[in-house]
Order: sequence, then structure tokens, then C-alpha cells
Amino acid sequence: MGSLAQSVDWLAIAPPTVTAVVALAVLVADLFLPEARKPLLGAMAVGGLVLAGLSLLPLHDGDRSTFCLTGPGTGMGAGAHATCSYAADHFTLVIQLLVLGGALLAALLSLSTVADTALPAGEFWFLLLSSAAGAALLPASRDLATLVVALEVASLPAFALVGLRRGDRRSSEAALKFFLSSVTATAVTLLGASFVYAATGTLHLTRIADGLAHTDPRLTVLAEAGVALTLVGFAFKTAAVPFHFWVPDTYVGAPLPVAAYLSVVGKAVGFTGLILVTVVAFPSYADVWGPALAVLAALTMTAGNVAALRQRPDRRSSAVRLLAWSSVGQAGYLLVPIAAAGYTDDPARAIGSTVAYALMYAAVNLGAFAVAALVARTKPHNRITDYRGLYARRPLAALALGFFLLCLAGLPPGVIGLFAKVTVFSAAVDAGLGWLAVVMAVNVVIALYYYLHWTAILFRVPEAEPAGAEAEPVRVPAPLTAAIAVTAVAGVALSGAPELVLRFASKALL
Amino acid sequence: MSHTVMQSLLAAIVVLPLVGAVAALLPAPPGLKGRDPGQAVLRHGVTVTGAVLALTVALAAGFDHDHPARMQATTDLSWIPALHIRIHLGVDGISLPLLLLTALLTFLGALYSYFRPPTGPGAPSPKAYVALLLVLEAGSLASFAVLDLVLFFLAFETVLIPMYFLIARWGGEDRERSAWRFVLYTLLGSVVMLLGLLLVGIKGGTFDMVALATDNGAGLSHSTQLLAVLAIGTGLAVKAPMWPLHTWLPDAHTAAPTVGSVLLAGVLLKMGTYGFVRILLPVAPDGMHAFAPYLAAFAAVGIIYGSLVCLALARKGARGDLKRLIAYSSVGHMGFVLLGIATLTPTGVNGALFANVAHGLITGLLFFLVGALKDRYGTSDLDSLSGTTGAALYGRAPRLGGLLAFGAVASLGLPGLAGFWGEMLAMFGAFRPADGLSRPAFVTFMALAGLGTLLTAAYLLVVVRRVCMGEQKEHNAVPAFADVQAYEFAAWSPLVALTVVAGLWPAVLLGLTDPAVQQLLGGGN
Repeated sequence: MGSLAQSVDWLAIAPPTVTAVVALAVLVADLFLPEARKPLLGAMAVGGLVLAGLSLLPLHDGDRSTFCLTGPGTGMGAGAHATCSYAADHFTLVIQLLVLGGALLAALLSLSTVADTALPAGEFWFLLLSSAAGAALLPASRDLATLVVALEVASLPAFALVGLRRGDRRSSEAALKFFLSSVTATAVTLLGASFVYAATGTLHLTRIADGLAHTDPRLTVLAEAGVALTLVGFAFKTAAVPFHFWVPDTYVGAPLPVAAYLSVVGKAVGFTGLILVTVVAFPSYADVWGPALAVLAALTMTAGNVAALRQRPDRRSSAVRLLAWSSVGQAGYLLVPIAAAGYTDDPARAIGSTVAYALMYAAVNLGAFAVAALVARTKPHNRITDYRGLYARRPLAALALGFFLLCLAGLPPGVIGLFAKVTVFSAAVDAGLGWLAVVMAVNVVIALYYYLHWTAILFRVPEAEPAGAEAEPVRVPAPLTAAIAVTAVAGVALSGAPELVLRFASKALL
Repeated sequence: MSHTVMQSLLAAIVVLPLVGAVAALLPAPPGLKGRDPGQAVLRHGVTVTGAVLALTVALAAGFDHDHPARMQATTDLSWIPALHIRIHLGVDGISLPLLLLTALLTFLGALYSYFRPPTGPGAPSPKAYVALLLVLEAGSLASFAVLDLVLFFLAFETVLIPMYFLIARWGGEDRERSAWRFVLYTLLGSVVMLLGLLLVGIKGGTFDMVALATDNGAGLSHSTQLLAVLAIGTGLAVKAPMWPLHTWLPDAHTAAPTVGSVLLAGVLLKMGTYGFVRILLPVAPDGMHAFAPYLAAFAAVGIIYGSLVCLALARKGARGDLKRLIAYSSVGHMGFVLLGIATLTPTGVNGALFANVAHGLITGLLFFLVGALKDRYGTSDLDSLSGTTGAALYGRAPRLGGLLAFGAVASLGLPGLAGFWGEMLAMFGAFRPADGLSRPAFVTFMALAGLGTLLTAAYLLVVVRRVCMGEQKEHNAVPAFADVQAYEFAAWSPLVALTVVAGLWPAVLLGLTDPAVQQLLGGGN
């Protein structure tokens, strides 16, 4: 019998670990820092995220794993793969990069927000980093228990972040809405996971895959119910229909950077979990979840885009609301390759399209939120009509936002957006999901309408300002400028060399 | 000329307008500031488009006219290996005339705008105008130069946003709605086209047009070809436009500023028909064969429909807009192009390509002329222009009147001018369609097309009578206006000259297209 003590590969688990350690350090430091030095906490958080991101570098071979089963009868025979709970393969690394990068940009956006709106700095940074740590752990999880724990670590701080605006009734209401619907979904997932465990006797994803293929016939119903219920929780996280109602209210109620964080990292968590459970754990049920996800994708993108289309531009916070609904629509596109994975012999390749699309979406969506944060500094209502004539006031910000929106719409000059859509389309066409491709095509046109509408507003002639209302331009905080610049450069660079992200769409990541 | 020079010429033709567009947004460097920033940037537009035209002419000069069927000046670089997308550029006898047409029309448009800066309610500075014009040029040139299906789609989409803004910001009445209509219609079409292109690419194993054309559909099953032609054809037919998918076109043309209309009619519509010839004919011959009769039927209906609408618009009291009338006449003319393609014969396809170029020249000229007319009279409404007896343009501005009559006569297909050959060849092709296509049906379409030419002649003559003739003294209310200005001559005379040259010496163009068409049709028959 081998040693019961596990040897832990600390380097492999560095990305989530560093994030979590810095989170704790920030919380402790908050106790000892005087009020005037609180901005230091933000710098610590940003530094921690950068460090966690750098810790991905030594892992780029993508061949490490840890927390493996030891001892006899655990599949450690010659030639067999070890069954591990944590794997730092290429899929993990790409998603960790996405999560940490997204969290970093959200942190840059938050630096000025925390200072301006008097959010409790220590708590805010602690919660953001904890959630990021959970989100970074999730793609590496290879057993259901770790997966659910990571999902909860990523979600629970997010509820608090949403409700952090003290004394704001809408903020608390949004948090409660988010919390209740999320907890219900998680409970259902747990129930599903326990059914699956009951049916297969293991929690490790690869072993579940084996187990489900040879279930005792008397347990099939249990296994099927388990599979279905497990998927529900992750569908909620991706904001798929019918679990999407929390999105707009939550985004509007939350501080803007938190909404940005949820729209990217929150989504990444959801679809990563979905990919892991569908493609790795339940491949034998592909004929069940494939069509289910395809229908879900079609409904999600349609619901999101139609609702975004119906937003009235002069309503309060219509800009964030539009981004919220459009992110529901984008979640639908993200689901398409996962659904396609259920139809092909090579599911690992199909999900590469989702990863590539998510990377593009993360960069440009955070960019759009960054410009929204910039505009919100002078126009706190954040209506779409407030963007009228932005080009005249801030030409660079307007050009950047126009570019981000056209990337989201998938039209040149947003070349990367177009190619990301092309990969998703080709995953669908490749899998023979012609009808889904057509539904998506119609949705792309609907989405173009509102994205282009917003873009057109940017370049309108501004309304006559009341005399002296905006005598001198407000200074833009450096982190905000940095966030816009980073996302814009990323978008432009990717448009010139789409291969940088699209290569994930061509090789097996898992 | 050496291959490398040709290669760099073609690459420069596509890239230069893009660089120019970015440069247009930057402040002018010292020494090039001009009278004011607006003038400087408009001059920049003329310079860049002029340079592109010069490069295109150089490319045409270096083109090996003995082998127009061969792809020349080819560049083939890997761009996105993940999706097997390559930057594959090249010209042959089919794309070269279209490249020249695009470069010429954009240059003339820029020249015209330099002297008549675009105006519009709340229009921003000419900076954006020039930048959009250059992006538009880059997209159109790229779509005729690329040989990769996905790049073709990218180029096809690139023109949407600039055209949208050109219409929505510098357009006339009802510009917002028209711009939306244009962009949503064409996008819906092109997304469907993308699905078809992906289908071809995935089933055929490559996105390379040359490789796919060499296969001549061998790698694609019959049902794949049917689906591909249906999807790709829909996208191209919206752009072309084919009746009944043309409804975006009259509004967009009417609302667009003069140069926008010229480019829309002269260049953008050509992308649709070019796609039929370049992609669908060689890549999915079986699919085209199955759909050819329907395409021809729609084309014939389009010819009749376009001319009937024009006749109705030209009537007295119909309050027809001259720009709208020319837009509908485009529906008819593009019907001839589609009919020629649908015959699947070298004669018909050559005719289609000829008519394509001829329509670009003539309709470009007509839109320029109508724009000038609108500037002078303040309206392009035929009834208010002509009053009870006619606008008497011959008397008031004889040269403008003469040019308009020239454009109208060229458009109706007078032998000896460019409009004649293409439509005649298209009808010839329909008289003897490719093997396996129903001859009686195509002869019927030919008869309908013939009827269309008569109706076209009728409405154009009505227009000439109402605009150019009439009693002069009735119009004392409208102040006297200048005849054709020097810059207008400069912008229009190349189009007039080329219309005459192409009419008298069609072999210039047909010699280029015919070998390439023979090859695309798989040896021809």
C-alpha cells in the first residue's frame, strides 16, 4: 500500500492559491491600515492578481496534475492515466488566464469606484479576490466535490459584492435576487451530484464517465436524473434561459465593476463547469445533453437579444441593462459549441470554439464596461442617450467603445468578433446543427441592430449643453484609462492576428 | 513585370486605402494643412484614391493579357491556421475589370467631394467622411481580390458599416430608416451566406477558391451543393439585388449622398454578381444547375418589374424621384446580369460580366448627373423639376442636358455604347442555355428580357423628354444656374469616355473575361 500522504504539486496549484492567499492578506492588512492608507489594499489586490497570472507561465506545458488517487486499485497501472482532482492542462490554463485577466481588469475598474463611492475597501478586495480564486480553481477541478466547492467559492463572495453598496435598496434587492436564485440552483446541482455518486460510486469526472457507461440497469433512472440536475446549476451560472432573470437587475444594482466582473468571470465559471461535466463526466449521455443544450442555446440567445432590443435608450441605467441582456445573448453563442460537442466524435475540439469565443468576449465586453464606467463618472444615470456625442467630447473613448460594440456584434472593423462568430458557426455546421446555426444567424442580425444603434449614437452631434455645465473635462483616473487601453489594444491586436485566440478552436484542449 | 512587383501592387491596392483611412483620422502633418482641416482631409482622400487608381492601372498594365485565365499577382500567406484561413490574393480576367472600376469610381467620387464637400443636417467634419470612403474602397477592392471564402466574407462585411454611416449621416430625407434597411437586409443575407461558405469549406476541406474551383464541385455531394447554392445565393442575391430581395435598394439609393449612390450602384452591387461567378459557378456547378431556372425566372421578373416601376415613376403626377427611378432601373439592369449568369454558358456569363461593368459606368454617371441636378434645382422630384411642360435642361444648361441624354441612351442599351453588349450577350446566352436546362423556359425569359429593354427605352425617353426638353420661360422662378463645371467634367468625362470605348470595342473587356469564364465553367461548352 502506498503512502497515504499526498504529495502536492504546489506550482500547479499556484494560480488559485496565490489569489486566495493575497485575499487573506488583504483582509488582515485591512485591520492594521489607517483610513488614509486604504488605497494600498487595491494596489495589493491588483499586484496579487498579476502575480497569480504570472504563475501560469511555468505551467505552460500543460502536463501537471495533483491531488491524485494513490494506492492500489486506483488506476495507477502501467500506461493508465492517474485519476486526479486537480489538473493543470491547457484547458485549465486558458480559462485561468481568462479568469485572472478578467478579474484584473475588473480590479482596475474598481480602484476608482471603491474610492469614489466609499465602498468598504478591505471587504471589497477580499471578496473580489476570493471569488477570483474560486473561479480559477474551477477549471482545474476534476471531481464533482471540488467542482461544487469551487463553484460556491466563486459565487458566494459575488452575492456580497453585489450587495456591497450600503444603504442602497436596489443593491440589496439585487443581491437577494441573485442569492436566492443561485442557491436554489446550487442545491439542485448538489442533489444531482449525489445521485450521480449513488449511481456510479465515484466523484472523479473520468471515472464517472466510465461508470455511467456501465450503470446497473436498475440505477439508470437515478443516473439520468443526476445528470440532468447537475447541469441545472451550471446553466444558471451561464445565465441560460430560464435562469436568466437575475441578470439585468443584478447588473444594474451592483457596482459597475462588479457587473463587469460577473459578466465575464461569472460566465466563464458557468460554461467551464458545464464543459467539464458534459464533455468529461457525461459523454455517454451526449444524446441527452447535446439536444438539451442546443435548445437552451437557441432560447438563451433569442431571449437575451430580443430583450436587449426592447431596451428604451432613455431609461435609467439603460446602458448597463443593455450590456446585461446582450451578455445573456452572448451566453447563448457560448453554449452553441458545447451543444455541438454532443454531436461530434471530437468534442474536445468543439469546445475550443467556446474557449476562443469567451476570450474574445472577455476582452471586448470588459472594454465596453470600462468605457461605461468612464461615462458614468460624468453622467451617473448611465442612459444610452447619455452617450450621444461622446466622440465630440472624448474621441478616443468613443472610438474604443464603437470598436468594442462592433466586436460584440461581429462586424468589421471588429475582425476578431467576426472570426469568433465564424468559429462558433463552423462548430455548429460541422456538427450538423444547421437549424441552430440559422437561429444564431438571425440573432446576430438582431444584435447588430442594437449594437450599431448604440455605436451610431456615439458619433451623433452632441445636444447643446447648458452653458457652463461641463466647463472643463473631468480628469480620468489612470487605472480606468489603463483598463480601456489594455482591452482596446487586446482587441486590435487580436483583430490583426486572430490566430492568438482562435488556435484554441483547432486543437483538443481537454 | 516581375511577379514580386505585381504581388506588392495588388497587396498595396488593398492595404493602402486602409492606411489612408487611419491617416485621415489623424491631424494633418505640417505642410499639408491646406486652407482648413476639412479641405486638407478631402485632398487627402483624393490623393489616396488617386494613388490606388494609379496602382490599379499599373497592375492592369503589368497583367499578362495573353493568359487572363491564370491567377496573377498571387499572394498566399497563412493567416489563421486554426480555421485554415489564408491571405490569398490574386487577379484574373474576371476580377481585373472590377478592380479598375472600383478604383476609378472611388477616385472620381473623392474628386467630386473635394469640390462639393458633402453636406447634411448635423453632418460631422469631412474627416469621418473620407475615412469611411476609404474603408469602403478597401472592402470593395478586397472582395474582388481575395481568393479565400472567409476573407471574401470579411471583405463583403467590411463595406456595411461605412455605407451605413455614409447614408445615415450625409444622406437626404428618411436617411436613418433607409440606412437601417440597407444594413439589416444585407447583413441578414450575408450571415446566411456565411453558413453556406462554411458548409462548402467544411465539406470541401478548404476555403481556397482556386482549389475549390479546380475541384469543380467534385468534393461536394449533390445535396451539399444544393444547400450551399441556396445559402450563398441568398446572400449574394440580396446584394445584387435580385427581385424580390431588392426592397432595400431604392430607399438606400434615394437617401444616400451622391457619391454614396454612385459607389452603391457602381461597386457594391457588383459584389453580389461577382460572387455568383467566382464562387458558385465553379464550386457548386450541380447546385447552380438545379437553381439556374429559378434564378433566371427571378431575373426576368426583376427586369420587367424594374422597368414597370420606372415607367410608373416617370409618369406625370406620380411624384417620382429621379434617384429612386435610377435605383429601380438598377434592379432591371442587374436582372440582365443575373439572367446571363443563370444561362451557365460562356456567352451568358461573359455578357453578365460585361453588363456588370457597363452598369457600373453608366449608372455611376447617371447618379452623378442626378446629384448635380438635385444640387441645382434643390429637388430630384420629377414633377416639381419638370413642371407642366418640362425642365428645359437643354435650354438652361445644354451640356448637363446633353450628358443626361447620353447617360439615358447608354442605359437603354443603344448599340455602340457600353450598355448594349452585355444585355445582348445575356439574351443570346438565354437563347441557347447550357445543356440540361429547359430551353423553352429560357427562351421565354429571353423574350421577357427583350420586352424589358423596350420598357427601359420607354421610361428613359420619357425622363429625357421631361427633364431636358420643355419651355424655358416657364422656369423663371428657379434662378439661373451654371452649366457643367470644370470639376464635374473632370469627374464625369472618364465615365463617358469609357462607356464609348467599351461600346465600340467590346473585345477589350471580353478578351479578358472569356478565357477566365471558360476555365471557371470547367472548359465551357
